Amino acid sequence: MHIGIDVGGTNTDAVLMRGRTVLAAVKTSTTADVTSGIVSALDGLQRQRAFDPGQVHAVMIGTTHFINALIEARRLAPTAAVRLGLPATASLPPMVDWPEHLVGAINGRSYLCHGGHEFDGRHIAELDEAELRAAAADMAAHGVRSVAITSVFSPVNAEFEARAAELLAAELPGVALSLSHEIGRIGLLERENATVINAALRELAAHIVDGLAASVAGAGITAPLYLSQNDGTLMDVDFARRYPVATFASGPTNSMRGATVLSGVDTCAVVDVGGTTSDVGVLQRGFPREATTEVSVAGVRTNFRMPDVLSIGIGGGSLVRGQADAVTVGPDSVGYELTSRALVFGGDTLTATDIAVAAGAAEVGDPGLVAHLDRGLVRAALDRIAADVADVVERMRTSAEPLPVVAVGGGSILLPDELADGGRVHRPEHYAVANAIGAAIAQVGGEVDRVFAVEPGRREAVLDEARQEAVDRAVAAGATPGSVTIVDFDEVPIPYLPGNATRVRVKAVGDLKVED
Amino acid sequence: MTRSITGDDLVDIARGAAILGTGGGGDPHIGRLLASAALREHGPVRLTPLAELPDDAQVLTVAMVGAPTVMVEKLPSIEQVGLSVATLAEYRGRPVTHIACAEAGGVNSLIPVVAAAQLGLPLVDADGMGRAFPEIQMVLPTLYDIRATPMSVADEKGNRLVVDAVDNHWAERLVRTATVEMGCSTMTSAFAMTGAQARQALVPDTLSLCAELGRLVGQARERHQDPVAAAVARLGGRRLFTGKVVDVLRRTSKGFARGEATLEGLGGDSGARLLIRFQNEHLVAERVAGDGERAEVLASVPDLICTLDSESGEAVTTESLRFGHRVTVIAAPADPRWHSAGGLALAGPRYFGYDIDPVRCPAPEVSA
Repeated sequence: MHIGIDVGGTNTDAVLMRGRTVLAAVKTSTTADVTSGIVSALDGLQRQRAFDPGQVHAVMIGTTHFINALIEARRLAPTAAVRLGLPATASLPPMVDWPEHLVGAINGRSYLCHGGHEFDGRHIAELDEAELRAAAADMAAHGVRSVAITSVFSPVNAEFEARAAELLAAELPGVALSLSHEIGRIGLLERENATVINAALRELAAHIVDGLAASVAGAGITAPLYLSQNDGTLMDVDFARRYPVATFASGPTNSMRGATVLSGVDTCAVVDVGGTTSDVGVLQRGFPREATTEVSVAGVRTNFRMPDVLSIGIGGGSLVRGQADAVTVGPDSVGYELTSRALVFGGDTLTATDIAVAAGAAEVGDPGLVAHLDRGLVRAALDRIAADVADVVERMRTSAEPLPVVAVGGGSILLPDELADGGRVHRPEHYAVANAIGAAIAQVGGEVDRVFAVEPGRREAVLDEARQEAVDRAVAAGATPGSVTIVDFDEVPIPYLPGNATRVRVKAVGDLKVED
Repeated sequence: MTRSITGDDLVDIARGAAILGTGGGGDPHIGRLLASAALREHGPVRLTPLAELPDDAQVLTVAMVGAPTVMVEKLPSIEQVGLSVATLAEYRGRPVTHIACAEAGGVNSLIPVVAAAQLGLPLVDADGMGRAFPEIQMVLPTLYDIRATPMSVADEKGNRLVVDAVDNHWAERLVRTATVEMGCSTMTSAFAMTGAQARQALVPDTLSLCAELGRLVGQARERHQDPVAAAVARLGGRRLFTGKVVDVLRRTSKGFARGEATLEGLGGDSGARLLIRFQNEHLVAERVAGDGERAEVLASVPDLICTLDSESGEAVTTESLRFGHRVTVIAAPADPRWHSAGGLALAGPRYFGYDIDPVRCPAPEVSA
């Protein structure tokens, strides 16, 4: 057996599973201190279906804690950004494009030092140890507790980041070090931003991870604990302490991953219909497709991997206006006031939920209160919703093949059984706890994203080398060797660079070594 | 735009410059950050209308040469930009009075702002192309026998180079080679000319155009109007095709990203396809009827072929084109001098390897 828990902003969902079978599922309120929410979720599972804690082989947790801490700019550690790249890059120092209040919240300090590589691996400048020691002394004097190290072109060669980390670790014992090549990709400012954010969250990460571990242990569970990452794979607690940013998008990711398990469809669009919005993502062979552009988090441009999600303002609480011949749905919503403002609950506002009830697609509130609605209007509103959602799904498609659609979330009753282009809509059971089920999936991954110089006739060899490295990384992260497969592969030539420079991205995923 | 550039103008200039980049030109984001830092440090940049340039002004163009991918990693410095200008001025033994843009599209619309701010010099409201092109000699001054060289090249380490070449094609070869050795992202100054020459050879008002284009597109979006229509109207261009990307083929050859993107028509263009051929920038747009047998070139270089996000009106670069992206392809007339025999020899379809006569942007849409 294993347990999946998804800690959202409002609810904490938990499931007890054997293989892909849901044995118990509970929904509790998220608590301010996290751990008591986990404890009550575990108690809830125990009450629903008594289990022997010793028989639990793994606990997987998805949490929005870290991204919320950043957005609220609280509990962030005093952080320094060390950039290795002088004499280049000095005009745009670290955090140059950050909102001022966030720089203040982390007491952000910047140190520009010599180092860095050219695109082809040559050194821009040698590392200057005296310069780094002076920076370390200044950090110590200013109470810096976490450091982000970013070297120019470290995705091509990470030696300077590693050497600087070694030196700073010796000078500043106890200070957390985050290295950019482990966090982001090409694009210095965006990668550095992600690394500084990671650094600022390190203390909180240690605190949260300890709290989670304590509450799981308190329930008598001795099995290892894992956290969900943005890409739908797991990381162990040691990794989570070092890379809290890797949890940032685990919410939408887990909901998508849950949808694939529940429906058995592994390449599909997932439509998560909530109260205010519908979020559409795409799963390719069971994993969320990543956004290819920069992602802005709390006003900071970053380039770490996030799922590609497109949202539209259609949900269960969306306001419905107009007549049968000209109807609009959303984008405004009654939100959490649905149960007081919707017609079926005795309110005075026509919402998408009222339309679903009037059409006989859902049974909530009092259907008698919407019996008077014009049939033509009901039909038109449902058609509008179907057309708008189909349009978003269509935008998210990656090939000409029709894409099946899996609907999850409380508002999925609004969707028809089939969308335009013949895409069938799957509506799996347990959709309300899809998040927790998604968290409970036991897979780990390894990734390579680097620029390679592909010499003539060497393309296959270079690609094989990249694939093997990704597989090795997945195994190192805890995958059963035989189970690892390549799930994503991308090769993009880079213009204006000599030597056929090509950016190669490979992702390998395998099953976590867990007995069930 | 007023007669000076301040930090507030940069978002609009960057947005407009990306559109004039015709799919290439490099992402202006880093250029915008750098210009913003330079303006913070040195204050606003005065803008001189081309027509007001005195005869004896000493004008230099400033541009980044290299790989945009490198520039987003090894960030250029403000000093590096200024150094390229100082190096050329020193070699020529004559002080510079005005900075100009070599190209208006993409990142190189903003690099000269950095130079002008750092050196405290006025910037000419003009550029050498009225768009973006991939090679150094592809500027109108080449048609007026204005030499690219002596041309200076500066890297971030302080290495400086002056190239004196027999013609502008040689300048391209030598500077490109040096740039690779210097780490693939250099700042260059070139095309030294007098005010009188500049008035003749440059395309006027292009920085104002970038700023206005960016502002109009942003405004249309805020007012829930059609931002693409706003861009078309300002450029005096024409909407060629609206569709969704169904295929993108890429390959690199000789350091250039060549390829084709295929769009499937939407709305009024349903049932048709559009093929866009590109080499960093978009070169040829070809409409293919449903059966695939009849192909018609709708527009080609030297005119501008821009892909805009159908909804936001933001420029879409060839690198970011991907399946499902909904784009509207528009064409806009290039400066008429590009259609002269000399202009076509420099940057017509045949120079890029397409054996077709150039197809000019059709007459502008008449507004009702």
